[in-house]
Amino acid sequence: MQKEKVIIAKELTKRFGAFTAVDKITFDVQKGEIFGFLGANGAGKTTAMRMLCGLSLPTSGSASVAGYDVYKQNELIKKNIGYMSQKFSLYEDLTIRENIRFYAGIYGLTDKQIKEKTYSLIKQLNLEGQEKTLVRALPLGWKQKLAFSIAVVHDPAIVFLDEPTSGVDPITRREFWSLIYEASAREITIFVTTHYMDEAEYCNRVSIMVDGRMEALDSPSNMMKDYSAKSMDGVFLQLARKAVRTGD
Amino acid sequence: MKQFFIFVKKEWLHIWRDRRTLFILVCMPVVQIVLYGFALTNEVKNSKIAIFDQSKDESTTAISNEIASSRYFNLIKNVYSYKDIEATFRQGKIRMAVVFPRGFRDDLLQGNHAQIQLIADASDPNTANMLTNYATSIINDYQKTLYQNERLPYTIKTQVRMLYNPELKGAYNFVPGVMALVLMLVCAMMTSIAIVKEKEMGTMEVILVSPLKPFRIIIAKTIPYLFVSMLNIASILLLSVYALDVPITGSLLLLIAESILFTITSLSIGILISNGAKTQQIAMFTSMMSLFLPTLLFSGFLFPVENMPFALQLISNIVPAKWYYIIVKAVMIKGLGIMAVWKETLILVAMTLSLLGISIYKFKIRLA
Repeated sequence: MQKEKVIIAKELTKRFGAFTAVDKITFDVQKGEIFGFLGANGAGKTTAMRMLCGLSLPTSGSASVAGYDVYKQNELIKKNIGYMSQKFSLYEDLTIRENIRFYAGIYGLTDKQIKEKTYSLIKQLNLEGQEKTLVRALPLGWKQKLAFSIAVVHDPAIVFLDEPTSGVDPITRREFWSLIYEASAREITIFVTTHYMDEAEYCNRVSIMVDGRMEALDSPSNMMKDYSAKSMDGVFLQLARKAVRTGD
Repeated sequence: MKQFFIFVKKEWLHIWRDRRTLFILVCMPVVQIVLYGFALTNEVKNSKIAIFDQSKDESTTAISNEIASSRYFNLIKNVYSYKDIEATFRQGKIRMAVVFPRGFRDDLLQGNHAQIQLIADASDPNTANMLTNYATSIINDYQKTLYQNERLPYTIKTQVRMLYNPELKGAYNFVPGVMALVLMLVCAMMTSIAIVKEKEMGTMEVILVSPLKPFRIIIAKTIPYLFVSMLNIASILLLSVYALDVPITGSLLLLIAESILFTITSLSIGILISNGAKTQQIAMFTSMMSLFLPTLLFSGFLFPVENMPFALQLISNIVPAKWYYIIVKAVMIKGLGIMAVWKETLILVAMTLSLLGISIYKFKIRLA
């Protein structure tokens, strides 16, 4: 049975003057899927992601996210997505509970829902008794897990994760991914960018961007077969070496 | 609307958690008022002087006594030679010396013409001027007592009345100035830093992806600072009325309304600065250079704008604090109503609207 598509992009393009940051990318993402969005620095990942999040308007092409058009309905898109940036995105000078309340609040959850969510989230992360701890005092790994849980606190259709695990130790990364699987089981679609190729192998499907174009799109196992590589690392290197652009 | 209040609450928490900054914000106006009010006063009181009396007669003694007993002067030394005067000046012991020539009273009564020399330390020109003026007026008073019983033909008496500030207190001048300075600093600098901080931390992106409208985010961020500013206005006014005896002559309501208007002007400047600045340091320095200094220099509270070269006078027109300063002086000190300051108010309103317009437009561009 064909699953419902939550992201449909057709020839999506973004130009800044003469520079084409994203060049006619076409892909779709199914509901509940974990979709890996790979590419070297400067390949156009962030720009593409910003268009899908309603932060930036495409130059041409079309895209719909959670059933809404990126040109006209970006307010509706914003209500139905979650977002976690590569920079740590919680408020360090607020407590754990205040952070949860704030983010749940700005997504329009009712007081009752916020209370329930706060309770279940703190329990899920084993943070009982630490509700009043300032986020500043948490270790980085905990912060990232908390940030992810908060990004999905309003049960969005899709959550966009921009290099969520950069700078985190391997054990915490694994724990982080188990949170991602849990969310995916709740039918939340995961759209994730990463530089860690072992993480790419955790994804259902992966796309690789090179110089603004989408060079490959398949499941990690098919991709390794196609490029006769032993790991995603090998696939990525073969594709990324073709890049002309460098840096951010 | 509920989301909006949640955001305002969060903003309060930021301010509340950062106790040190909060402390500075609340105490800054108090410190400034105390500083300007008591330490940096430009009124002349008990200035140290020396007298070189070569005549030692009835008149010189009388004049010397008048001068020494006035509240402006404090006679610390009688000197006996010009050399002595110079030495005392060099040691920095006195600000002025009074010299009576030999035979003063004879000259005065018989020759109808006597001279007194006033020597002042003009390294501080304003004070030197004031001191010689005070001394001259004391001497003139003495002169009048000599003629008490005679009617002179053709005398013109000047009657001076110092309007609005009969005691010539410096506080009347600087309280409005400090209000402008503090509001500008709290609002513009703190909001620009607060907004840029979110950009730096990466939380701004997350908020922008949320359903909150950018316009509302900006407004929500400024509201707590609006309240802090209100608190500052209250503390400045209370201090000036009860500690410095500067009364609020005009309508308190009008004064507060104008202050809120100026606060909003400053907040919009803060938003505008935050649009351009990438880091908190840049935001701070931009605010300092583009707001603090012009406010100090061009608002007219330290240096009269009318005395500046024409080009600088033109520049002063774009400094919002100048208009606010004029308004506060008119309402608070002169007790005038809105009819007297509607032009300045309109200028501030126009500045605020265009600043807000530009910053929101720029904020949107950043998103596109």
